[in-house]
Amino acid sequence: MNDLSAAFALAARLVFGLDPELVEVVLLSFYVSVFAVALATAVGLPLGAAVGMFRFPGRRVVVVMLNALMGLPPVVVGLVVYMLLSRSGPLGELGLLFTPTAMIIAQFILVVPIVAALTRQTVADLHEEYDEHLRSLDAGRLDSIATLLWDGRFRLMTAVLAGFGRAIAEVGAVLIVGGNILHHTRVMTTTIALETSKGNLALALALGLVLIVLAAGVNATATLIGDVAHRRYA
Amino acid sequence: MPLRVRSLSYAAGGKQILDQVSFELGGASRTVILGPNGAGKSVLLKLCHGLLRPAAGEVRWAGRAPDEARRRQGMVFQRPVLLRRSVAGNLLHALGVRGVPRARRNELVAAALRAAGLTDKARQSARTLSGGEQQRLAIARAWVLKPDVLLLDEPTANLDPEATRAIEDLILTFEAAGTRVIMTTHDIGQARRLANDVIFLNRGRLLEHSPAERFFAAPRDPAAARFIGGALLA
Repeated sequence: MNDLSAAFALAARLVFGLDPELVEVVLLSFYVSVFAVALATAVGLPLGAAVGMFRFPGRRVVVVMLNALMGLPPVVVGLVVYMLLSRSGPLGELGLLFTPTAMIIAQFILVVPIVAALTRQTVADLHEEYDEHLRSLDAGRLDSIATLLWDGRFRLMTAVLAGFGRAIAEVGAVLIVGGNILHHTRVMTTTIALETSKGNLALALALGLVLIVLAAGVNATATLIGDVAHRRYA
Repeated sequence: MPLRVRSLSYAAGGKQILDQVSFELGGASRTVILGPNGAGKSVLLKLCHGLLRPAAGEVRWAGRAPDEARRRQGMVFQRPVLLRRSVAGNLLHALGVRGVPRARRNELVAAALRAAGLTDKARQSARTLSGGEQQRLAIARAWVLKPDVLLLDEPTANLDPEATRAIEDLILTFEAAGTRVIMTTHDIGQARRLANDVIFLNRGRLLEHSPAERFFAAPRDPAAARFIGGALLA
């Protein structure tokens, strides 16, 4: 009990004292996840929109795959990216293994299906509702997609937030491809895993608190966006 | 503008919805397609607008196919499709899709809002309007593109008398400004108030096409006579 309260006290001091090691880890976490989510959005948004809007052979298969890939196990993604980037792997010459870039790649792979699948659902729902009106206006494809994306903007923001929530809290993939190297590839989740096993509960707890606040913040923002959207656009 | 519909048939799900419908519209400026629910009125309107493909027969607007004539028409659906934008935003979107120069848009929007009595709601979210206001906005949005023809599908279904009157006044205003109106209704009173000529449809068949005065005074078709008399046609 004493240990625990001491750990809490120390954790609080680390957080509110902006301990340099803690700050470094938090900043790297943000750098990796924000970068990964931005890239995943750039790819997943148009991909999801296209699948949601256009009919083509094999569309159902793509939809099922996108939805299934949302539940991709992070450790497996880590393993695959590891094998691709390892010295003997096809991309080994790039020397990316155990770098933040490798972690971005892994998280990108985890987040793309989330953004794409949620975008597809949003766009498909809106398309069904708007289709006759857009055709009546003689709207072209670009105009139609732009209309659907803009009118689905609140739900799309939620999709991106969901992707960010997954990325920032994920541990398996970044641990494998990042290696949890001090001052180099150590992010919040991997540090928690390491420090806990080393018995350094204070730092682990401090990072845990930051993560929880972050996760709660992401969720609260998503809920807020949903509320605003509902109030304004029923 | 003359509309020629020849031997138009449409089926869906193994059910014949329109059967060999033929008529021509020339001079009359307010045509009402009258008939009970399920008569095929909406489908007929959508076929004329080119949103559906006929199983047989053809539609010609001054000799042109519906796809080529669509830009000269504005259609309003029974359940108006309003974008998740402001009232003015809905009008601006239509003008933007049709490539109306930016400089002219605000002036056209203001005129349409004035006509629809929605000026003070311009910035309100379109989807929070009342049912009657939503329908007025949808009609104004179709009219703002200066179509030759307005196609209105049951524009006052489910509205109370006051809202219905506002819509009918709006239709008359737009018609007086030179827009031809073709609308469907199952409401005999409304047909009496608005029609210059009546197309009577029952179970997918055109049973009578007459000038309104003659139709209501001395309908030639027995089913039409019973419908006017208040009978429920099965």
